[in-house]
Amino acid sequence: MEVALSFVVSVFFAVAIYLMLSKHIIRILLGVSIFGNAVNLSIFTAGRLMREVPPIIPEALPTPEVATASPLPQALVLTAIVISFSLFAFLLVLAFRAYQELGTDDTDGMRVAEPEGEPMPPLGY
Amino acid sequence: MAAETIDISNAMLTAPTALGDWMLVAPVGLPILFGAVLLMVRHETRLHAGIAIAGLLLTLGANAALLLQVLADGPQVMTMGRWLPPFGISFTADALGASLAFVATLVASVCALYAMKDIGATGRRYGFYPFLMLLMAGVGGSFLTGDIFNLYVWFEVFLISSFGLLILGSTDRQLDGATKYAILNLVGTTLFLTATAYLYGTFGTLNMADIARKADAMRETGPLMTLTVLYLLAFGMKAAAFPVNFWLPASYHTPRIVTAALFGGVLTKVGVYALLRVLVMLFPVERAELSGVIAWVAAGTMVLGIMGAIAQSDIRRILGFVVISGVGVMLAGLALGTETGLTGTILYAFHSVLAMTALYLLAGVIKELGGSYSLHELGGLYRTYPAMGAFALVLMLAVAGLPPASGLWPKIMLVRASLDAGWPWLSFAILLTGLLTTIALGRMYILAIWRNRPGQAPSDAATGAPGYGYGSMALLCVPIILLGIYPEPFIRVAEAAASGLLDASAYIGAVFPAEAAQ
Repeated sequence: MEVALSFVVSVFFAVAIYLMLSKHIIRILLGVSIFGNAVNLSIFTAGRLMREVPPIIPEALPTPEVATASPLPQALVLTAIVISFSLFAFLLVLAFRAYQELGTDDTDGMRVAEPEGEPMPPLGY
Repeated sequence: MAAETIDISNAMLTAPTALGDWMLVAPVGLPILFGAVLLMVRHETRLHAGIAIAGLLLTLGANAALLLQVLADGPQVMTMGRWLPPFGISFTADALGASLAFVATLVASVCALYAMKDIGATGRRYGFYPFLMLLMAGVGGSFLTGDIFNLYVWFEVFLISSFGLLILGSTDRQLDGATKYAILNLVGTTLFLTATAYLYGTFGTLNMADIARKADAMRETGPLMTLTVLYLLAFGMKAAAFPVNFWLPASYHTPRIVTAALFGGVLTKVGVYALLRVLVMLFPVERAELSGVIAWVAAGTMVLGIMGAIAQSDIRRILGFVVISGVGVMLAGLALGTETGLTGTILYAFHSVLAMTALYLLAGVIKELGGSYSLHELGGLYRTYPAMGAFALVLMLAVAGLPPASGLWPKIMLVRASLDAGWPWLSFAILLTGLLTTIALGRMYILAIWRNRPGQAPSDAATGAPGYGYGSMALLCVPIILLGIYPEPFIRVAEAAASGLLDASAYIGAVFPAEAAQ
């Protein structure tokens, strides 16, 4: 099961990196979103996968009866999902504002902060 | 009830947290508290600066008390939620984290003072001061946490606050710069999270002290080299190390100058801190194997960074490249990994936080008095404002690493450490960077301040001395000059921090006191 999910994670990473190499902000953002999900899945896999075994210790025993998946990664994934979701929402609004104001979502065209062909600094005084 | 028969003292803290231990979370809790208060009085913009400065001064006091306690008694630990480490999140302050948190809060307080002039009522209503407080909460949490996933959470806390600060004003330039900053930094922190996922899969723990003591046993079987390289890439992105630093010159010149001052001073150092913590304390053997790579990255960052500064004519963009070159100098100590090298790096971090913030504030004052950031238009400021010329000279000497200011001693240590390690080319790179920095900033000094003004002064240039600007720069120049002429106490703190990183036994012993006693 871990092996199968590892392949899924690798496909996610490949898709994310391919999209992030694009020049268009919207494709980069889709890449960032998939990148975040690839990481969430890999945290989930890192905790090892078990079917239908709740990580609950019976009252009389010091440890669980059978091996269970680590419950901590699920808490980590929840935290990471919330964080990446809020940052992604911010990025979407930012990209939309940038598109409205700058009139392009092509990163080659976004040269307001670093204009092309600036003059050299003064060479003498 | 059966629960009464179970002894929980093996898994949970049974005693309430000692009053003194709360000191550890004060540098994080106070900014959050004051940030919340500032949000509640969002429309009363007149009150903002007072509340924020009071909050930051209280935080500074808490940081100072914590630093003194750490220097006297060694690392301090407070574990959250009563679960014993490694299960509960342990805030762990050692000399490195506590001293950097103190310096960062110091410059944040000065920035809050300068912002009284720089940020108008509109900027305050859009939340400058609450963002500033939450940024400092994130930065303080990053320096003080002892849990690597918690470090990721604090990174995101200051990242989202920095987005808010960066686009305050929403001009075209800011939207352009912020888009690049936001995307690349989010990718950087996501890479950090990827590495942390693998780390948890390998170690089954997230507590840094626990990782440090288990790393030796894992070295044969675990993919520690993969982890180290991932962390190097992720934190290198945050610190703006050479091949992955292009977000910084694209964005740091766009926000309000006080925001740029805070970012240039503090944020890249959080990346350097994380590199030191993870590479030196957790994975020292892997760091030693990677030292050649890190050394080339360091040399590339410092030399190419300062060459970028020479090619610019906007003062803020010059300073952005100077920040990058300083990161390169700090990475040199990381590459060396010796006690002298790390002491130099940590001392340089103190110096760089103070000096870069002060230089950005100087740029703000130059803009206020000269009406421009461009070296093509500025000039003649020395004649009307000799005091500003003096501040500019001190700060220029500090960043170039010349006496009597703060940059001298850390560079001497780094040069000596790289000669001791048999890497003369690295010390050559550091000295070359010093020379190029002198050229870049010396030219800025001559063109903006010394020469006569080439054209007419713009009509909107201020007349009369800028009180807030001079006051802020004077407050920062005191520690800068002190570090230059009487460096002993600073060096002692940096040495304590470096030896605590190289020998983590005190850090581990503070988190797991029962096992240290055996």
